[in-house]
Amino acid sequence: MKILTGNDLKSGAVTWWDGRGWSLNVDDAVDAGDQADAIIARESAAQAVNAAYAIDATRDDAGHVRPAHIKDRVRALGPTVRPDLTLKPADPAAVNWVN
Amino acid sequence: MYRYDTYDQAMVDARVAEFRDQAQRRIDGKLTEDQFKPLRLMNGLYLQLHAYMLRVAVPYGTLSGAQMHMLGDIADKYDRGYGHFTTRQNIQYNWIKLEEAGDILADLASVEMHAIQTSGNCIRNISSDHYAGAAADELIDPRPYAELLRQWSSFHPEFSYLPRKFKIAVIASKRDRAAMRLHDIGLEIVRNAAGELGAAFYIGGGMGRTPMVGPLIRDFVPLDQLITYSEAALRVYNRYGRRDNKYKARIKILVHELGKDEYARQVEEEFAHLLEQNVEPPLAELERIKAMFADPAFKPGLPTKADRTDPAFALWMDRNCHAHKTPGYISATISLKPVGGIPGDASADQIRLMARLATQYSFDECRVTHAQNIVLPHVEIGQLHALWQQLDAAGLATPNLDQIDDIIACPGLDYCSLANARSIPVAQQISERFAANGKADAIGELKLKISGCINACGHHHAGHIGILGVDKKGLENYQLLLGGSEAEDTSLGKITGPGFDEAGIVDAVEKATDVYLAQRTDGERFLDTYRRIGMEPFKEALYG
Repeated sequence: MKILTGNDLKSGAVTWWDGRGWSLNVDDAVDAGDQADAIIARESAAQAVNAAYAIDATRDDAGHVRPAHIKDRVRALGPTVRPDLTLKPADPAAVNWVN
Repeated sequence: MYRYDTYDQAMVDARVAEFRDQAQRRIDGKLTEDQFKPLRLMNGLYLQLHAYMLRVAVPYGTLSGAQMHMLGDIADKYDRGYGHFTTRQNIQYNWIKLEEAGDILADLASVEMHAIQTSGNCIRNISSDHYAGAAADELIDPRPYAELLRQWSSFHPEFSYLPRKFKIAVIASKRDRAAMRLHDIGLEIVRNAAGELGAAFYIGGGMGRTPMVGPLIRDFVPLDQLITYSEAALRVYNRYGRRDNKYKARIKILVHELGKDEYARQVEEEFAHLLEQNVEPPLAELERIKAMFADPAFKPGLPTKADRTDPAFALWMDRNCHAHKTPGYISATISLKPVGGIPGDASADQIRLMARLATQYSFDECRVTHAQNIVLPHVEIGQLHALWQQLDAAGLATPNLDQIDDIIACPGLDYCSLANARSIPVAQQISERFAANGKADAIGELKLKISGCINACGHHHAGHIGILGVDKKGLENYQLLLGGSEAEDTSLGKITGPGFDEAGIVDAVEKATDVYLAQRTDGERFLDTYRRIGMEPFKEALYG
């Protein structure tokens, strides 16, 4: 599927298009389909997101979204060398998800 | 060290106010990201993988205790409690909010610091020898000349939009501790046959995707013509450097394509013209700067030996300290490379502790090294043990300077939007491997450098062992290079062959060091053995 990601303008935080707004959790990302460019243009113009782009991703049976490229998986999780600063600090196996 | 005058402070304060306004206009939607991006980059503010990143300039790596302390406070107040010291002797913060960037710049300005020209196609932070003003082997302190170049290059109207970024290093000893010949311009202050001081100009070096060792363009420029010659060198580049292709826009490409002799001829022509224009700053300005780099009040007659009965201290002293020009003093390096740690990272508390130690033990001065460590340049040998005890208690006394675990590593794919592969986990695993197998001590000096992409921020071309992370069909892959050096024997490493995965590259490094241990002769470093026996024995061990 095609999902959208960008950064929050003020905080710089990585965000994901969830169909209505921008979420911090990649699992909230929805398939933008052929609307990707239109959504990015509209949301960027409204200052709702910064530097947005579309990427390929998959959703598994449990509902977890996995970006196709490792760079976006690192963006989704956080720095693999600082688990305490990731979105899943309590999960010691979270880093394995990036590989 | 240099202190701002009213002009310096006014310039920096004005830039803070200007950037506050620009950032607010971006937040208010009056500037688009395309309009804002070049403005934020001129103030060192990037948008990286996870957030905004701010790169703060540390001119020639020199900091006062108050400045270092402020860097720790900023890490706590605006970031997530740590900072990352870089290979350009700067510091970066990884979790900055745009709405707070102006406040950070104001805090920096309150201690005579800024983030100006830490990005963009301009002359970047001037780097230098981290032992400048302290080293026993230097001709003079190179920092007044680095400061003169900093002032000349700051907001220089002609050189604010160069074809590409431009990096200058200044050294004043035969030992090159600043990777001088791997800069766009490397200046070595030298003495000529008549005993006069001047500068040799090496122009057109650099790493990145097309690494080159800078050729000698002029062997002697009188020190009172330093700026004029630099201006001529930049002017020829600015005129003819390629702007149509960013990958061919660095001065090294121009010098290479013109040939060093033709480039030198054109610079001489421009130099002669500029000498008539009288562009050199007045001598009084240089003298004003020099006065601020006068030696601190070193005490005479101090003990020249430390009590070495504590073996851990003695080891640290042997590994991490460097001879000082004044009897009774020594320069101490604080390693930011604990076993399994993140190279160059320091917590806010560690930064503030180093600030306090600089004030207490080193005439209120510390240095950031291009190898991502911190130097206290002027420590009384008699106080060295007390200093070491405080460092040891804070986990800052790792005795590994220039050893295999004193790794240079860029932020890599864990933080950097340009990276193709992670650098830090590889550095951590190598550090842990060699701590566990106990070979680091036997290996001795071995400079290992890791970059997460071809831009080479981790100086992999110049590592005795270099590692370059690449993207291989969406997977991280690591190429191994051998034989690089950033020192006075500058050389570029050569790729061994096919790359390795993350686990494989750690094994490959160990295999390469095993070849060295088996084949070295007395006194040979890894680099010496590689240069003597060549690549083949290493290839055989890696791929045979």
